[in-house]
Amino acid sequence: MRVDGRGRIDRRVSLPFTFDGRLLTGHPGDTLASALMANGIHLVGRSFKYHRPRGVMTAGSEEPNALVEIGAAGAALPNVRATVQELYEGLEARSQNRWPSLGADLLAVNDLLSPFLGAGFYYKTFMWPRGFWERVYEPLIRRAAGLGRLPEAADTERHEKAFAHCDLLVIGAGPAGLMAALAAGEAGADVLLADESFEPGGRLLSEVEEIGGGSAAGWADEMAARLRAMPNVRVMTRTAVTGAYDGGVYGALERVGEHLAAPAQDLPRDCFWRITARTAVMATGAIERPIAFADNDRPGVMMASGVRSYLNRHGVSPGATVAVFAANDDAHRTARDLAAAGVQVAALIDPREGAACDGDFPVLAGAEVVGTRGRKGLRQVLVRQGGTTRAIAAEALAMSGGWNPSVHLSCHMGARPVWSAAHHAFLPAPPDAPGAVPGLIPAGAANGVFDTAGCLRDGLRAAGVALERLGLPVAELDVPPAEQDAGRSSPIWVVPGKGRAWLDFQNDVTTKDVALAAREGFDSVEYMKRYTTQGMAPDQGKNSNINALAVLADATGRSIPETGTTTYRPPFLPVPIGAMGAGAQGHGFAPERLTTSHAASLLRGAPMVEAGLWYRPGYFPAPGETSWRQSCDREVRMVREAVGICDVSTLGKIELQGPDVGGFLDLVYANRVSTLKPGRVRYGIMLREDGHVMDDGTTARLDGDRWVMTTTTAAAGQVMQHLELVQQAFLPRARLRFTSATDAWAQFAIAGPRAREVLQAVVDEDVGGAAFPFMSCGAVHVAGTPARLFRISFSGELGYEIAVPARYGASLFRLLLAVAEGLGGGPYGMEALNVLRIEKGFPTHAEMHGRTTAFDLGLQGMLSPKKADFIGRAGAARPGLLGPRREQLVGLVPLEPDWRLPAGAHLFRKGASATPETDQGYITSSAFSPTLGTHLALGFLAGGRERHGEVVRMVDRLQETQALCEVRDPVFFDPEGGRMRDQAGS
Amino acid sequence: MIRLAVETPLGGLCVSHGDLTLAELPAIRLTWLAPWPGEARAMSHALQAAHGVHFPEPGETLENGSTRILWAGRAQALLAGPAPATELAHHGAVVDQTEGWAGLRLEGAGAAQVLARLCPLDLRGKAFPPGRTARSLLGHMNAQITAVDGGLELMVMRSMAGTAAAEIEEAMRSVAARG
Repeated sequence: MRVDGRGRIDRRVSLPFTFDGRLLTGHPGDTLASALMANGIHLVGRSFKYHRPRGVMTAGSEEPNALVEIGAAGAALPNVRATVQELYEGLEARSQNRWPSLGADLLAVNDLLSPFLGAGFYYKTFMWPRGFWERVYEPLIRRAAGLGRLPEAADTERHEKAFAHCDLLVIGAGPAGLMAALAAGEAGADVLLADESFEPGGRLLSEVEEIGGGSAAGWADEMAARLRAMPNVRVMTRTAVTGAYDGGVYGALERVGEHLAAPAQDLPRDCFWRITARTAVMATGAIERPIAFADNDRPGVMMASGVRSYLNRHGVSPGATVAVFAANDDAHRTARDLAAAGVQVAALIDPREGAACDGDFPVLAGAEVVGTRGRKGLRQVLVRQGGTTRAIAAEALAMSGGWNPSVHLSCHMGARPVWSAAHHAFLPAPPDAPGAVPGLIPAGAANGVFDTAGCLRDGLRAAGVALERLGLPVAELDVPPAEQDAGRSSPIWVVPGKGRAWLDFQNDVTTKDVALAAREGFDSVEYMKRYTTQGMAPDQGKNSNINALAVLADATGRSIPETGTTTYRPPFLPVPIGAMGAGAQGHGFAPERLTTSHAASLLRGAPMVEAGLWYRPGYFPAPGETSWRQSCDREVRMVREAVGICDVSTLGKIELQGPDVGGFLDLVYANRVSTLKPGRVRYGIMLREDGHVMDDGTTARLDGDRWVMTTTTAAAGQVMQHLELVQQAFLPRARLRFTSATDAWAQFAIAGPRAREVLQAVVDEDVGGAAFPFMSCGAVHVAGTPARLFRISFSGELGYEIAVPARYGASLFRLLLAVAEGLGGGPYGMEALNVLRIEKGFPTHAEMHGRTTAFDLGLQGMLSPKKADFIGRAGAARPGLLGPRREQLVGLVPLEPDWRLPAGAHLFRKGASATPETDQGYITSSAFSPTLGTHLALGFLAGGRERHGEVVRMVDRLQETQALCEVRDPVFFDPEGGRMRDQAGS
Repeated sequence: MIRLAVETPLGGLCVSHGDLTLAELPAIRLTWLAPWPGEARAMSHALQAAHGVHFPEPGETLENGSTRILWAGRAQALLAGPAPATELAHHGAVVDQTEGWAGLRLEGAGAAQVLARLCPLDLRGKAFPPGRTARSLLGHMNAQITAVDGGLELMVMRSMAGTAAAEIEEAMRSVAARG
């Protein structure tokens, strides 16, 4: 119901919106909740467990009931609080947790079954038959319970993450926050003022009171304008600070485009901020607590402060007749404001004997509300006074059990709030308490100051503390005169009586559930929370935690401070995962590292495979080829018979310089490297301290003090880290430095019997066998451009790798292909590269998977016995890492050439059963060899090196296949290595 | 006669959103310098003698004509512009990194806000005025970020240049959309 002459809404503009398909209108300045109320809609949702009708209860982010779904398909957002969502033209809202409709919800039958559905009912009820829990009970319960639906479509909304830095973060723009921000801004501090609402002012926007002779809301507007005009102050509205973290970091969620009918195309829906503040003022206000009386969850039963917000800020009343139930003077304002606005106040019900209030409405002192009537909305309030109970007609009831300071942020690092008997509330822990958030200064209502003048003064005080910490002079500021009396209050938690009295409206937890938890032994507040589910879900018990622990204290005969609170954890408000993961969807998940030949490979239709962050071509389909195998087989034959070109720029290239590099490499490699002559390349393996193989690669000595180490693509980062550790920790004084040059060079492998012909066509110098023997390196020129040439082979063929500065990479790749294709060659991809190396028995990280030793790989001979020490030497000699029982690298050939030997399959003795006890080893790499005309595999077999020639059984449990295969030496092809060592001149 | 053609990491990229502009920087000779232990001062003297700049302190950049030097991590610097004097190699490692990095320049009033979407550094003018440089994160990438008059210069590993440009452009769109 709209109330004339009240509120900060723009009545000249009408905004159409829909709720459950019904077309309604509201005004700018409305929230969805206030607009629904203005349209007379009080039933907005169903409760979690009992599917009870629920209406709007608060006017803030603590709202437990009015959760709706906004938007459709990929933009759908469940569990939006109607009290926070600003109204915009065309807003589509839907109610949740009801079937088939909000008005007629069949699952409301749960409410009739409520005697059987108390706290922990499912732990007790669904114990038998055992197997039914997962298949029957749990799916049923999940369907019946729950809040909102997870959208099934992929998120189409734009989200954002950002960092901010400031001297002072002021959290909350109520009277204390505004005053603190003003004082710090005037003093020259870099201030960030964040408030969760869409305009600064906090409670001042909802109250009828004066500051400095004008309206409080007007003062707030004036302050906001003044702050916005300061270059050193940033005012962030719609921004809720959600957590306090180490190092002065605060999380905050900003609603950026959620309130707009037609947001700009690139405007994000929300932004998750990480704010680093040197100091912070917590002016987060307080949350009014409900009172537990029978049937207090009926739509129309609201918080007294919420009713004032709707009336004074949005110009709307929850009903034509409103009753007020409270034991504090503050809530009397609700009755006075309503009466002044012309809304009929049915009664002011105050349990305090002798309570009085000036106003044209009945005041029932010493009275309590003991129940409500009405089906989908409140019709009558049952009031007990002096032993008699009577029904009072009212469409809404405004209740207040007092105020809880919003201490949440001050507890996010482990501090517990402190009970104040004077305030009947928990206050923030003192700054020296264990777990207190360093640099966080509570102020205003969050600090237990409830009168407006006090809040202004406390904000100024907090700014003074902050400025002192920042080393800035405190500005002289006058505090304007304001209301000085917060009124008296006495605590009221529960009205005893029959019927269910709700504590946690969002999770359907009643006083009985808490008492039951205590009776059944769950008497710690943390146990009670988990047993009853009180304080869980989106609202995290913002308006139920303290009431629940008060009831628990009563049930267990302890005091409230003895009972204590549960742990406050971030986030204070629900943060969409989309906001936290902003930018990480699709291609944003990880950086893409592209080679200089990337575009040319794509042009040839090569599908890309990921290797680390790199993208490498899998194979290059030729016309007429329909499967990867056809392309791969052709590319393998091409390399074995003519020549192939492969981009190997992705391998890690580490440049090392200095007189002590040789000694350093002797320490990190298992084999001796320091004896390498300039112009030569050596293969090496690196061990971890525990003796297992970490990586392999080649190291080239370019000249006296300059070396280049090559690592595998995937292990480049790990090897670099390892080298840094060794250098800094073990050889800090050695004269050497190293850096990654991976990105600086484009490097291509040229492999095959005709490799030298291709190379000679592009290199200016002689590259004959005499000038460049196997495992040599040197500086050459490609069309006048300085390049590096390495004669190394990963295919077993005559092979070279040529590196040019990356800017020439794309051009050289095209050139090499043109020359190679003229000789019957062409590009080859990762698939062929893999087949070529399996045919040669060269290990990769499929074999060096972290649990294998040099002994297992057949490389024990590389562990230099002459060197004083190397990393992994002691580890590799440990008992159990050597000997015939180790699983050793072997080659495997199926008895029939077309039997596949999948990687991951396990090996058993022929004729033995296939059980974990009889397991003899496993397959690590698998390929079809077009060269040998059979499937091949590499694997590890217990005592494998002594078992060449034996037939074993391969069993693949995933694909349910098995095959007999013969154990062989892992080098299937050209075991003497004559092809790659070819010394003939060109 | 064969010739190798030059391709820059981003093909001369230049995009604008609102008053924000992101452009690829022309390649400039870049040399990584790392003095041996105990030789930092000697290398600094050699730098001063040969190039007119000393070895930068953490977070520092220095300029002398077309020569610039940037701090690039613990006991490391990047010399931009000239060919390094041979004397430098007597005091530490000297590695050509001209091709290892892609350079980008982000200009416009909101440049710092754009980078604040990707980088945790405090980029406020007070904390990061022109002349300051830092190694930090750009999204998931390692980057060298330098404050210059009118904007920011960024260097990312060459292979990731495409991702860096795409992510910065995305942030530019978001910032421009806020108006």
